[in-house]
Amino acid sequence: MIDRALIGRGRYQLWLAGWLIPVGVGLACYLFQSAHGLGITGMGRDVIWGFYVAQFTFLVGIAASAVMVVAPFYLHDCREFARIVILGEFLAVTAVILCLLHIFVDLGQPARVLNVLLHPSPGSVMFWDMIVLTGYLGLNLVIAWTTLDCERNATRPPGWIKPLIFLSIPWAVAIHTVTAFLYSGLPGRHLWLTAVVAPRFLATAFSSGPALLVLLCLLLKKAAGFNAGDEGLRRLSHTIVYAMIANLFFIFVECFTAFYSGVPSHRHDLQYLFWGLDGHAVMVPWMWLSLLMAVASIPILLCSIRRGNQRRLALACGLVLISTWIDKGLGFVAGGLAISPMGTVTSYAPTVPELLISLGIYAVGVLLLTLFYRIVLSVRAETESS
Amino acid sequence: MLKLTLLAAAGIARRQPLLAALAAVVPSEVLKPGAALKAGRWAMVIDLRKCLESKDCRDACARACHMEHNVPNIANPQHEVKWIWRERGAHLFPEQLDEFSGAALADQPIPALCNHCANPPCTRVCPTGATFKRTDGIVVMDPHRCIGCRFCMAACPYGSRSFNWEDPRPSLKTVNPEYPTRGKGVVEKCSFCDERLAQGRLPACVEACPRGAMAFGDLRDEQSPVVKLLRENYSIRRMPELGTQPAVYYLVSK
Ligand code: SF4
Ligand code: SF4
Repeated sequence: MIDRALIGRGRYQLWLAGWLIPVGVGLACYLFQSAHGLGITGMGRDVIWGFYVAQFTFLVGIAASAVMVVAPFYLHDCREFARIVILGEFLAVTAVILCLLHIFVDLGQPARVLNVLLHPSPGSVMFWDMIVLTGYLGLNLVIAWTTLDCERNATRPPGWIKPLIFLSIPWAVAIHTVTAFLYSGLPGRHLWLTAVVAPRFLATAFSSGPALLVLLCLLLKKAAGFNAGDEGLRRLSHTIVYAMIANLFFIFVECFTAFYSGVPSHRHDLQYLFWGLDGHAVMVPWMWLSLLMAVASIPILLCSIRRGNQRRLALACGLVLISTWIDKGLGFVAGGLAISPMGTVTSYAPTVPELLISLGIYAVGVLLLTLFYRIVLSVRAETESS
Repeated sequence: MLKLTLLAAAGIARRQPLLAALAAVVPSEVLKPGAALKAGRWAMVIDLRKCLESKDCRDACARACHMEHNVPNIANPQHEVKWIWRERGAHLFPEQLDEFSGAALADQPIPALCNHCANPPCTRVCPTGATFKRTDGIVVMDPHRCIGCRFCMAACPYGSRSFNWEDPRPSLKTVNPEYPTRGKGVVEKCSFCDERLAQGRLPACVEACPRGAMAFGDLRDEQSPVVKLLRENYSIRRMPELGTQPAVYYLVSK
């Protein structure tokens, strides 16, 4: 099946080759980082995690969101997702790979990464995160590949795949919950030290992931004439709306607790993000933009569901995706570290090589997703024509 | 003979009668320096009344520590590596000083170092066991096992840990051959001078302080200087509300 991934017309080959350029640039920057150390990034002794860890956090959400098509399809026999479910699973596979790459480039001693397995530390959330992420990668890869192969051969999926699919459903929730626990169990990091991190992560995951899936389906329709089915997209839009409303609600309850209680440590990080603190206000426009986009996406989504307008749907999904990306991919990590243990404020901005390394990883994602979807579409075209 | 000396060096001959027997046969310089110092729980008491009075010490504690442990002197404050340094009182005790009590401390430069917490969040989160708490309470780092994920730095609520954002060796003016240097990409911090304790010596900072403002000893031993000081004086610790149980105490005037 894998051979289909590379077969295509000139435009397709050009697309693949084009994305190899940022991959190469990213790799070159990574070699530079390996030689000089992580000092070439914008991170430092206060903001010890930056763009890489933030992208990891955002991408875990994208990976987890596959459950929003897998669960309805396999548990509730929701046929509208018949054509989408495999796209969701391959999106999850790609997202997990990007997560792992982002963690890898963030390590000071990447050559020793296997120490996590050689000296397993069950008390460390990071150890469990590695386990659940690689497990989730394996599960989705096996499920997606097997079901696609059966589709191609017009056979029924083997019996053993069902338990794996059912297992992948709570597993998806687990990856983002464990990722939230990386943050919410740390004393003295007050933006993170709240029980709302895990539920909010899930809410942003279940809005941003399906939003990306909708956009990908619309793109495939344009670029490859693939029809995901309007009903499927409509149902996904419902998921996005509800998850987004839940996310806004969680932001509201967190702000209430922080500001009404007036506890300085609880309040300061949110103050830094939304109003600026001690003259540091780089995050303020971003955070408000994110919030506005999140709020605006709701009526647009509702409207597009009612009228079946796919342009509006695309716009709303774009807003959701950018809003959650700013929230998790910029604000959450740097915001949580901006106020140092000494109470001083440090603003963080990624450097160019840091951004290019991350861009290179995203480009790997585009390539992987293209190859996966190419296989899916060619199998589909074959089965539908026969 | 050689065998016996090796045994002693390896710390195997720890039982007193054997040690006494050894002392009789082994030339004294072989057993030098003294037997390892041991404790149930090591702790440090910094008497701020003495420390802050001493205007002319030029950070003797930090200089001694950083020289001894090959801690680089890096100009970029965001890439700094430090084991013990001075920090404003208001930064160290954020909710503990008000405009009346302790107000005088708010602007004072107070020594800060790893607290060797009894309940350390940093070791809990480490995915490789590269940082761990010994049975005597010292929280140590194994820089050879560290993968540089910096999770321990996120977990330490005191900012006690430093990451080597760049290769530290070019920033070392002199190198102490007795102590290893580190490379880029690993975390390090104060070790309560575990290597000196093993040789029967007190931590470098304690020894270097010209005013004797730092005391070091065993919290489990009623006779130790730290217990005596803590029984007789009023002390504070950093962010006690977090439940980390620091082993570094600061004596302040009542
Ligand atoms: S002060 Fe920080 S580094 Fe030292 S033991 Fe406590 S938590 Fe760990
Ligand atoms: S940076 Fe090193 S010591 Fe710290 S948590 Fe990671 S592996 Fe452990």
